Amino acid sequence: MIPGRFEYHQPETLPAAVALLSDLGEDARVIAGGHSLIPMMKLRLAMPEHLIDLRAIGTLRHITVADGQVRIGAMTTQAEIIDSGALQQSAPILRETSLQIADPQVRYAGTIGGNVANGDPGNDMPALMQCLDASFKLQGPSGEREVAAREFYEAAYFTARDDLEILTEILFPVSTAGYAYEKQKRKIGDYATAAAAVLLGKGADGNCNHAAIALTNLADTPIYCEEACAQLLQSGVNAASIQSAVQSAMGQIEPVDDNRGPAEFKKHAAAVILKRAIDIAWSRN
Amino acid sequence: MSAAEETIQERTAALKGLGTSRKRVEDARFTQGKGNYVDDIKMPDMLFGDFVRSPYAHARVKSIDSSAAMAVPGVIAVLTAQDLEPLSLHWMPTLAGDKQMVLADGKVLFQGQEVAFVVAEDRYIAADAVDLVQVEYEELPVLVDPFKAELPDAPVLREDIADATEGAHGPRRHPNHIFTWEQGDKSATEAVLAEAPVVAEEMVYYHRTHPCPMETCGAVASMDKVNGKLTLWGTFQAPHVVRTVASLLSGIAEHNIRVVSPDIGGGFGNKVGVYPGYVCAIVASIVTGQPVKWIEDRMENLSATAFARDYWMKGKIAATDDGKILGLWCHTTADHGAFDACADPTKYPAGFMNICTGSYDIPMAYLAVDGIYTNKAPGGVAYRCSFRVTEAAYFIERMIEVLAIKLNMDAAELRAKNFIRKDQFPYHSALGWEYDSGDYHTAWNKALEAVNYTGLRAEQAQQVEDFKAGKTRKLMGIGLCHFTEIVGAGPVKNCDILGMGMFDSCEIRIHPTGSAIARLGTISQGQGHATTFAQILASEIGISADDITVEEGDTDTAPYGLGTYGSRSTPVAGAATAMAGRKIRAKAQMIAAYLLEVHDNDIEWEVDRFVVKGAPERFKTMKEVAFASYTQVIPGVEPGLEAVSYYDPPNMTYPFGAYICVMDIDVDTGESDIRQFYALDDCGTRINPMIIEGQVHGGLTEALAIALGQEIAYDELGNVKTGSLMDFFIPTSWETPNYQTDFTETPSPHHPIGAKGVGESPNVGGVPAFSNAINDAFRAFGLTHTHMPHDHWRIWKTANDLGLHS
Ligand SMILES: Cc1cc2nc3c(=O)[nH]c(=O)nc-3n(C[C@H](O)[C@H](O)[C@H](O)COP(=O)(O)OP(=O)(O)OC[C@H]3O[C@@H](n4cnc5c(N)ncnc54)[C@H](O)[C@@H]3O)c2cc1C
Repeated sequence: MIPGRFEYHQPETLPAAVALLSDLGEDARVIAGGHSLIPMMKLRLAMPEHLIDLRAIGTLRHITVADGQVRIGAMTTQAEIIDSGALQQSAPILRETSLQIADPQVRYAGTIGGNVANGDPGNDMPALMQCLDASFKLQGPSGEREVAAREFYEAAYFTARDDLEILTEILFPVSTAGYAYEKQKRKIGDYATAAAAVLLGKGADGNCNHAAIALTNLADTPIYCEEACAQLLQSGVNAASIQSAVQSAMGQIEPVDDNRGPAEFKKHAAAVILKRAIDIAWSRN
Repeated sequence: MSAAEETIQERTAALKGLGTSRKRVEDARFTQGKGNYVDDIKMPDMLFGDFVRSPYAHARVKSIDSSAAMAVPGVIAVLTAQDLEPLSLHWMPTLAGDKQMVLADGKVLFQGQEVAFVVAEDRYIAADAVDLVQVEYEELPVLVDPFKAELPDAPVLREDIADATEGAHGPRRHPNHIFTWEQGDKSATEAVLAEAPVVAEEMVYYHRTHPCPMETCGAVASMDKVNGKLTLWGTFQAPHVVRTVASLLSGIAEHNIRVVSPDIGGGFGNKVGVYPGYVCAIVASIVTGQPVKWIEDRMENLSATAFARDYWMKGKIAATDDGKILGLWCHTTADHGAFDACADPTKYPAGFMNICTGSYDIPMAYLAVDGIYTNKAPGGVAYRCSFRVTEAAYFIERMIEVLAIKLNMDAAELRAKNFIRKDQFPYHSALGWEYDSGDYHTAWNKALEAVNYTGLRAEQAQQVEDFKAGKTRKLMGIGLCHFTEIVGAGPVKNCDILGMGMFDSCEIRIHPTGSAIARLGTISQGQGHATTFAQILASEIGISADDITVEEGDTDTAPYGLGTYGSRSTPVAGAATAMAGRKIRAKAQMIAAYLLEVHDNDIEWEVDRFVVKGAPERFKTMKEVAFASYTQVIPGVEPGLEAVSYYDPPNMTYPFGAYICVMDIDVDTGESDIRQFYALDDCGTRINPMIIEGQVHGGLTEALAIALGQEIAYDELGNVKTGSLMDFFIPTSWETPNYQTDFTETPSPHHPIGAKGVGESPNVGGVPAFSNAINDAFRAFGLTHTHMPHDHWRIWKTANDLGLHS
């Protein structure tokens, strides 16, 4: 459990970090909380020659809510998200999800930026970000750009982020709709067997006026369930529409056999978890 | 207040002896990070060793090229089997009478097997160099299924003994067959089965798992070339045996070897055996003249060092129509992996599996165990259990449930009907044991009442109705278990390890001012020996437990003993402690009589002093006697106050218990939730109730892990699928329920203080209770038996196979 040799760098500003990454190229990796990267390095599945630690860059660590917009710096830890009163007001689903990630020790170190940039299908934040319709700010040698979470994930560990870009900030609209993040796992500290992020808004007329559904660890990327959302928006939230929404979402997933169980089981569990999440989210309106 | 004015009760309480929930003296250092574990040992010029391990489960090793590794600055040596061969150390004997490769000798037989040992200036350099050793393998067909081991086309694993028709435990019928061990009367048992009105049959698999102590295994070897002394620190549950083995293997005289077990971070059987890392560290230190440390990492520990269980137990149980058991038959296929490295007493190749008649009066029984080689890691150690007792308890407690289903009878009632009665003790079992004592009916009734068993069954019946009516998707399971253990190995006449009789020892020295040190042949790995053994002694010699130091684990100072495993410390070393204490008291009595100017027989012992009979104001405390023994001439008595006892137990002890687990199960997700867990333990005399409770909590949590998900799983190619704590289930506080503990107290008639041992009971009894709860939840839907581990997907699959999802 000893990683290969590497050089350690700790730049103090974002431009310095971007410059360093450009100079060192593909032999370098940025490190945030290290709780995905370091295990990979210990297994020698990742052997970067240079680590660029983002921890000293103060501008990457903030939570701001203004003008109906939430902005979270990439280096904000999961524990800070859980502790933020502002976030609890403006996006309670974020706290509910964060509390289901790993355990308190991991959450003190792990960052939201690392969680969304990592590209591991087991991470919980990516599906949540798709559910919240977040976008990610990326800073590279040729400037800054924004990519929508729903466009970001390409395959396991492959994202729209260029190797030379640093993810700096996460933005999404304030979300006070009924919410739920439901996750089945084997134990505390485990990745999801199946998990679902659901946001459902209820209009004054009792109809569903906002629907967003995304799933974790049921394919090699998070799954955004557009058709399921459309069904709930069109037919309202009732037993029949829930059933067809779940069915349509299940059509999109491609779970694989692993120690959590065979795909057949995961499909069954995922449907139960999603239905549960829809029920809870709707009841929270 | 003077000593004379204190009441007997006050004086007794001041001793903190038997029955006191005394706080653990070890915990001050453990909770402050002040423990001293093997990896804390740092010595000048210490080198670090690390293994190159096989990625394949079965392959020929064509060549090993270490030139690139040797070129790394700081690498001192790369040892291979070739280097060890001139010393005859490329293979080593196992505790089970087999031999095991220290480093791959021409082939590898399991994934993770030790192939080469890199020695470097620090562990980082060693790890880098491990990656650079080039090993050329030629893959061979892999055998993972023990039932395919003896097929005509099965690959031959152990070419070294392929033609040996005789093994350490009798005839071998196939190159992949290790032994057959038979107990009981086969033909008579089969006759009972043939004629019995009811026979229930089941295959009960106790899957492969692993003790997974928090601290992995490791050692520091230091050969002092000037004085010829070898010191070996390590994670040894049996340090004295390690010294003897090290002497026999290395040729170094035994007095020139000092083995030290420092603090040990959990053992659970994982640290009984001798591992290639120890041998390589010793050789490397002898070769380099520098201390060499070897510490395995978690994945190495899980995938290569001493698994547990892996017993396929085919059972048949015969009974009358009204549930009186007539006979028990069991055939076990035991998957031992690539080498037979079980740590059992020599004459018991399947440990005490013949305790599988459990708590029941079964007139006729037969057991056969076939040991089989496969391409898996060696081990088969007693994971918090006394040599396969856990397998035996799981087997019989499942068979009872299976029989209850066949009889359409309540499983609690079936048990009560067949328990060995109190008046039958000492009880001779059909498979050869003499149960020393027990009162099963009392314990059982207490347990059933405590949980309101009748009420629970009524609630369960209602839940089944609700489920069928579509009102709930949850089922309720009631897991029953009444286990009987056999611990405290053991009588030298039939228990030995590598020929060493399984006695144990205690040596006591009373200091002039009346405090004491006691040294034992055992070694604590978290059990709290320093606390409890001082309590035994306090009650025997009248010196407060706080004034007694207990020391273990250094072979230069401690008396010879067989170590700590199989719940043997209290039954054996605890008995030696009491006996040595009694020798102290006998001598003290002579001294006290002299000081009081009366005859020896005119004084009597009272808590902490000798009192002149009929004259209570005339007495000498043990403290006063101790001082006199060092300061006065006592005619006819040697100065000083010391004693030693080597205790050979006349019999095993038989702790028992009644456990009940209530579980809620979600049939759709397969999630299970433990609503209630009641654990009644009878471990005979209770030395420290708080420590007992702690042991029960810990053991139950291990049992929960094993029953609900913990396993060492292999794929068809022999790859370990659960080699890290991401997949190998260790419960956190979150998954751990509240335990409700209780007790009855049936002292052992042959143990000096009546104690029986408790450390392993909760693991032994817990696994069947958890597993029976899962099985029981589905009984109403036609399930007879489903295998562990009961993780989410397997529970889901059980429900699915029963049609509960349609
Ligand atoms: C025991 C355990 C259990 C866990 N359970 C869960 C769980 O249930 N759910 C879950 O979601 N996660 C889980 N995790 C992962 C944890 O949440 C990680 O902290 C998280 O995935 C990564 O965040 P990090 O800050 O630690 O990133 P790091 O490990 O430092 O980095 C992860 C990857 O992202 C890249 N990266 C990091 N930050 C940036 C950035 N700003 N710009 C560009 N690239 C970047 C790194 O180069 C690296 O490739 C678990 C981890 C452990 C150890």
